[in-house]
Amino acid sequence: MPGISRKAAIALAASASLALLATACTGQADSGASDDASKETTLNFWHAWSAPSEVKAVKDLVAGFEKTHPRIHVNVVGNMTDDKINQALRTGGGKAPDVISSFTTNSVGRFCSSGALVDLNPFFEKSGIDPETTFPKAMNEYTQFEGNRCAVPLLGDAYGLYYNKTAFEKAGIAAPPKTWSEFEKVAKKLTIPQGDSYKQLGFMPDYHGWETTTEHYLGQFSPTYFDKDGTSNVAKDPAFAQAFTVQKKLVDALGGYRKLETYRSGLGDEWGPKHPFHTGQVAMQLDGEWRLGMALDAKPEFEIGVAPLPVPDDQAGQYGKGYITGTIAGIAATSTKQNAAWELVKYMTTDTDAVVNFSNAIHNVPSTLAALKSPKLKYDPRFKTFLDIAADPDSTTAPASVNGGVYLTTIQEFGYDYESGKATDLKAGLKKTARQIDTDIAQAK
Amino acid sequence: MSTYTLRAKHRRSTLRTLAFLSPWLIGFSVFFAYPLLSTVYFSFMHYDGFKPPAWSGTKNWTYVFEHYPFFWPALRNTLWLVLVMVTLRVAFGLGVGLLITKIKTATGVFRTLFYLPYLAPPVAATMAFAFLLNPGTGPVNSLLEKTGLPAPGWFNDPAWSKPALTLLALWGIGDLMVIFMAALLDVPKEQYEAAELDGATPWQRFRYVTLPNISPIVMFAVVTGVIQTMQYYTQPLIAGKVASGVIQGAGTQFEPGYPDKSTLTLPQLVYNLGFQRFDYGSACVVALVLFALSMAFTALLMRRKGGLIQAGDR
Repeated sequence: MPGISRKAAIALAASASLALLATACTGQADSGASDDASKETTLNFWHAWSAPSEVKAVKDLVAGFEKTHPRIHVNVVGNMTDDKINQALRTGGGKAPDVISSFTTNSVGRFCSSGALVDLNPFFEKSGIDPETTFPKAMNEYTQFEGNRCAVPLLGDAYGLYYNKTAFEKAGIAAPPKTWSEFEKVAKKLTIPQGDSYKQLGFMPDYHGWETTTEHYLGQFSPTYFDKDGTSNVAKDPAFAQAFTVQKKLVDALGGYRKLETYRSGLGDEWGPKHPFHTGQVAMQLDGEWRLGMALDAKPEFEIGVAPLPVPDDQAGQYGKGYITGTIAGIAATSTKQNAAWELVKYMTTDTDAVVNFSNAIHNVPSTLAALKSPKLKYDPRFKTFLDIAADPDSTTAPASVNGGVYLTTIQEFGYDYESGKATDLKAGLKKTARQIDTDIAQAK
Repeated sequence: MSTYTLRAKHRRSTLRTLAFLSPWLIGFSVFFAYPLLSTVYFSFMHYDGFKPPAWSGTKNWTYVFEHYPFFWPALRNTLWLVLVMVTLRVAFGLGVGLLITKIKTATGVFRTLFYLPYLAPPVAATMAFAFLLNPGTGPVNSLLEKTGLPAPGWFNDPAWSKPALTLLALWGIGDLMVIFMAALLDVPKEQYEAAELDGATPWQRFRYVTLPNISPIVMFAVVTGVIQTMQYYTQPLIAGKVASGVIQGAGTQFEPGYPDKSTLTLPQLVYNLGFQRFDYGSACVVALVLFALSMAFTALLMRRKGGLIQAGDR
């Protein structure tokens, strides 16, 4: 029956095409590092920096590398978000990156578990570098997942407290607060109401207040996000309930969620010169080390003070710690030039002079212990606060997870509900959040 | 003529037909059938783009329907927008069309004025609306406060964010206005004259003359409106981002549907699951839900369309 066999043939061809197409979509990770790094080669390096001064700093960093490695050339591509990097790492090919750098450490777990970036432990061993003694503790922690070190810190960010010294003087406050209970009193004292709004707000506590995210608050409470078996600890570790309570008390003490959100909606954006801390609309700000340069550029009409963020009253001895995160670098599993790529990564992240020069240009915290102590570091004396926070052994970070930063988003979602009053039962809310985190992780595995 | 010759002729005719249809057949297969089949296939697989797809049964479906906390809010929002925004857009587009056809002077100016907003890029238009409707500093609320009227939180208030998006959609009504205007100008004048002679009121003339004549266009506007709303992505995403004050760039997390998930739509979930979480299986489940909803709405409307056209023919 020719008709039937033709139909069968078409069906077979269609099935084969579907199977072929489906297989073609399956990018296979190849971790073979058999290339000769001493041979002439060109690497693709994708990074996320976009401001002209930052782009120039990256170019200078790479130029320094090319000078010491004349046979390795680097094609630099900037302004790459994690979404674009993740998509390119899956696609592979000649134009895909060999080396990537990402602004968020939250993606490390996904990069490592998916095999998108190669494990760098063998490369470190081969080069005789011990990451434990090279990088600060928190940075060493956030660049690995379950023993797979698929990333290296490439400068870091430390979070501290910026305060309006002039406003402090006017309010008769002698020094920045060291504990959260002191902080609440100071924030209230600095708040000057105006009609239904504020002439000056002591502190914007809302989780949408730019860097006042749950993740950054929690850093001061030294939480343990996961149990040893990898399940969420959000409902069990009292640090979480303590952090949520402190923030909620601040929200209520400073005028309530609705009033604060209305005020916030009229404030300038985080990355522009009209940031409310620059304009004096907010007297204290939780922020990263980069804010100092941005605030000084905005030429505010007050003196800027910098200090570590407060700690819980029962952890007063740990004052000086902070939340640490940063930019990371890694080598694409699809790269066929992994040895050459390692030379670039090694230079950018472990060569003390390279790290120091890059830090001087970008105004981020250096990411090696040697660079943190380097006399070549140039900085405003206030920047020293962030160097100390980065080197503080009590400083914390958020651990890598198989699904990246999804667990942090889940915690933040509960934070929004709790601060707004939509959720009132903290204990039940944290239990539900923990269940959601575990379910999301199970789905990703 | 022998049976063999007849068969050969029939085969040649079939092949000729297929040859003429081949551009469409290829397009349909490559751009519709294959992606659809792939989407169904991947909805039952665990696939992150790196490791080969692995059979996971109904795990992705269970996850999306029972455990993914953004699915039901996004579905509710999408349905709200389909029911309220599409209805209001069609009604407003028809209203503006009727008004424009009645104007006798400076018609070109009015047509241009009403059409122009439609040409504004969605991102720019949304940002402009977020600025105008800013509850703290926006001119709309300043005006409302001065007149003693309540000033809503607009994009910063979960209860007002979708009405604010609807206002934005009504502002860009130019596309529907043009279509309705063309349809209204096409209604035979003698039918209105006959109705007037019979003593029909303006409402009766609209109900029994205008509406039956333009019902296919109304249906077109509704069906395309529903499909467009199912794909509604840019405006709610931008409005949520601008109002939240969190710029999603390098190093920031996906923040779903600020405020309180109220601007979250299903296409945003497809992007979040597929291209941020790289859970392609679950993204395919949401895509299939969107497909099923679009098909269901279209089928329902097409059935209703039959009724309307018959009414118009009577």
